[in-house]
Amino acid sequence: MSDRTNLDDVTAKLLERAAPGRTQFEDLVVVPVFAVIAALFLGALTMLATGVDLPTIGRSFIALGVGSFGSLNAISETLTAAAPLTLAGLGLAVGFRTGLFNIGAEGQIVVGGLAAVIVGFSLPGLPFAVLMPLCLLAGALVGAAYASIAGGLRAATGAHEVISTIMLNLISFRLLDYMLRRPWVQKIGRDDPISKSVPENAELPKLLDWIDPNLRVHAGIFLVLIAVFVVYWLLFRSKIGFEFRASGANPDAARYAGMHSKLIIVAAMATAGALAGLAGANQVLGVLGRATPGFSSGIGFDAIALALLGRSHPVGVLLAGLLFGALEAGGRQMQVDAGVSIDLIGIIQALIIVFIAAPLLVRAIFPWGFRKPVNKAGGRS
Amino acid sequence: MTDLTNTGATQGEKIDTGQQRQARITGGVLLGLAVFTVFVFGFDAAGDATFRLSRPRDPFALPNLVVPSGPFLYIAAAVLAFLGARQFVRGGTRWTALSLGIGLAVLVAAFLVWATAGKAFSLTGMLQATMVRAVPIALGGLAGVLCERVAVINIAIEGMLLAGAFTGALMGSLIGGWGGLLSAVVIGGLFGFILAALVVTYRMDQIIAGVVINLFVLGLTSYVTSQVFAEHRFLNNAPVFRAWKVPVLGDLPVIGPVFFNQNIFVYGALVLVATATYYLFHTRSGLRARSVGEHPRAADTLGINVYRTRYIHVTLGGMVAGFGGAWFTLGSVGRFDENMTGGRGFIGLAAMIFGRWHPVGALMAALVFGFADSLQQKLALLNTPIPSEFLAMSPYIATIIVVAGLIGRARAPAADGKPYVKE
Repeated sequence: MSDRTNLDDVTAKLLERAAPGRTQFEDLVVVPVFAVIAALFLGALTMLATGVDLPTIGRSFIALGVGSFGSLNAISETLTAAAPLTLAGLGLAVGFRTGLFNIGAEGQIVVGGLAAVIVGFSLPGLPFAVLMPLCLLAGALVGAAYASIAGGLRAATGAHEVISTIMLNLISFRLLDYMLRRPWVQKIGRDDPISKSVPENAELPKLLDWIDPNLRVHAGIFLVLIAVFVVYWLLFRSKIGFEFRASGANPDAARYAGMHSKLIIVAAMATAGALAGLAGANQVLGVLGRATPGFSSGIGFDAIALALLGRSHPVGVLLAGLLFGALEAGGRQMQVDAGVSIDLIGIIQALIIVFIAAPLLVRAIFPWGFRKPVNKAGGRS
Repeated sequence: MTDLTNTGATQGEKIDTGQQRQARITGGVLLGLAVFTVFVFGFDAAGDATFRLSRPRDPFALPNLVVPSGPFLYIAAAVLAFLGARQFVRGGTRWTALSLGIGLAVLVAAFLVWATAGKAFSLTGMLQATMVRAVPIALGGLAGVLCERVAVINIAIEGMLLAGAFTGALMGSLIGGWGGLLSAVVIGGLFGFILAALVVTYRMDQIIAGVVINLFVLGLTSYVTSQVFAEHRFLNNAPVFRAWKVPVLGDLPVIGPVFFNQNIFVYGALVLVATATYYLFHTRSGLRARSVGEHPRAADTLGINVYRTRYIHVTLGGMVAGFGGAWFTLGSVGRFDENMTGGRGFIGLAAMIFGRWHPVGALMAALVFGFADSLQQKLALLNTPIPSEFLAMSPYIATIIVVAGLIGRARAPAADGKPYVKE
């Protein structure tokens, strides 16, 4: 049996090299589509198992669709939810490409967002054209600095970034709690931990409030598009990006080729942190307007899934971000319309990633969607 | 976790310089701590610190431990300075880790004395709380040890703990405490088996598989909590295992309350750590398991079934994590809340690395976290000028320092994180 598998693998690889078009299409389009379908189906089964009746399940799926793309408001919500996820996901993608597993996006979002808020309310006199970019810059820089701690420790002492970023996450939550109670940060007249509000000329402008003031989509989406482009350029068109990818693919080869592995680690972590910090700034300047405990709301952890789903490619991350944003926005609608808890979305997201990350599983469930000889599962899985 | 060793350590001549640099860094840190102790703690220390060791009604009551705070702090600073200077000048390669460990312990003692100066404080109560809070972290770390010793990285400990907590609450409410505990262990094992299937059979990236299991368990348990438990409260009301005092031993001063008057989870954790240590390092199958983690091809050549070994140990790890998860519900409050493990699984992972992939090491590291956790709570009562948030941060900062300081010597199993393809 083992020989068969091996032979199938070799065949598959040769075929892949000979006819890349078809397999890439399968990998990039067919697998994700089937993954989403399978995840939604299993989500329905979960609802059935917890005593939700069939008409309600139908209603909740309709709500999921309507709430994500069914109206202008829905699209606005989808984009609003997708923006910070995509930014943080792009940062993680840079890390993954460099072979760094950065779990710290959540903490970098916290410190970045906090920095943006503090700069915002500290300098309310500045004009919009100066203050808003300054706030974004503060978020990015502080996020980068915070991530560099983990990168620097990895480079200097070999401390593993998984542990140090987890610890930095936990530290950042406590730091946020502490800062929100400082008299110069806390909102005047409040006892609970909540920061002063960001002045209007530091906010990312709402794009569609001339149609309806409730439309929350803001200029952060342009930030996302710019970031996607910049990360693409950085990873695939610049020298340092090549070095990132080279040390991610084979650290030894990269070192023998004369690349400064330590510098690369710090630079990659800083880039990742800057993007995550930008995500935090985007969230406080565009949506929340202030910092509260837990304002990062798990974006940094969802972003890990998102970067994996987008295969650490900027465009893939953007699409994955849109999908997660849509699920988020649709999930809220689902909770309102059908009374099904939004936590179902978490299950569906996890299932989508399982199916994407283990294509063998999808091929086993949907055998007719794929060309037979390329079936890497060897027909037995 | 695939490349934890310092990259320089692979080349012979660089070993010394790397270790010397680490010794110098450690020495610098210790000297800094000595200065910190003198200037921050030493200046306003006045009066005696009283540590209560026993309650008045205990059969063998010990007198209170009274420490004059001023002299103690200066002695502590001197010890720190001595250790630091020794590291800095001699660059001793053998003593770096030990010096750092002793230094941090001295610092903690100095801090306690400073915070308690002029007041009284129950040391035994805090040690007891330390033990209790260390349990889920130690069990999470032990689960990690079992998996990583067969070269499977288990990021999913968090999810397994959460699954155990959830199952414990649900099944505990339906069929009672012991049934709940058993189900939690079974469900933990099930997720371990799923992880093994994903990474061993389907060769999915181990980190991705772990992240997915975490996401899935978090989603599923949160969903059921808000969808079902909110309406049917009787499903989320499990009995709690009370503390059970070991006769005679439980009456000993200090040791009794800490080790012999606890609930089943504390005893279970201690027994499991001892069993796992014996199993991994003193039995034939333990040796085989470790060989699978170090060099699977060689193990395979010798006739060990690599796949089956990995399946078995990852499943066992899942069962241990499920047991640890049940602590959250059956061992403390009896009720499940969304995401109630709150990152303890990740701290367990850190404890495992901190403890150098050894069950006892993981337990010790877990005790450090548990100590800091309970310290933070008790110190809120003592009214120290340090904000509680910073106290809460201290174990995490200490972890970073220790991981950075020690990692040159800690080594993961050689094949950690790599899938094995049988030829």
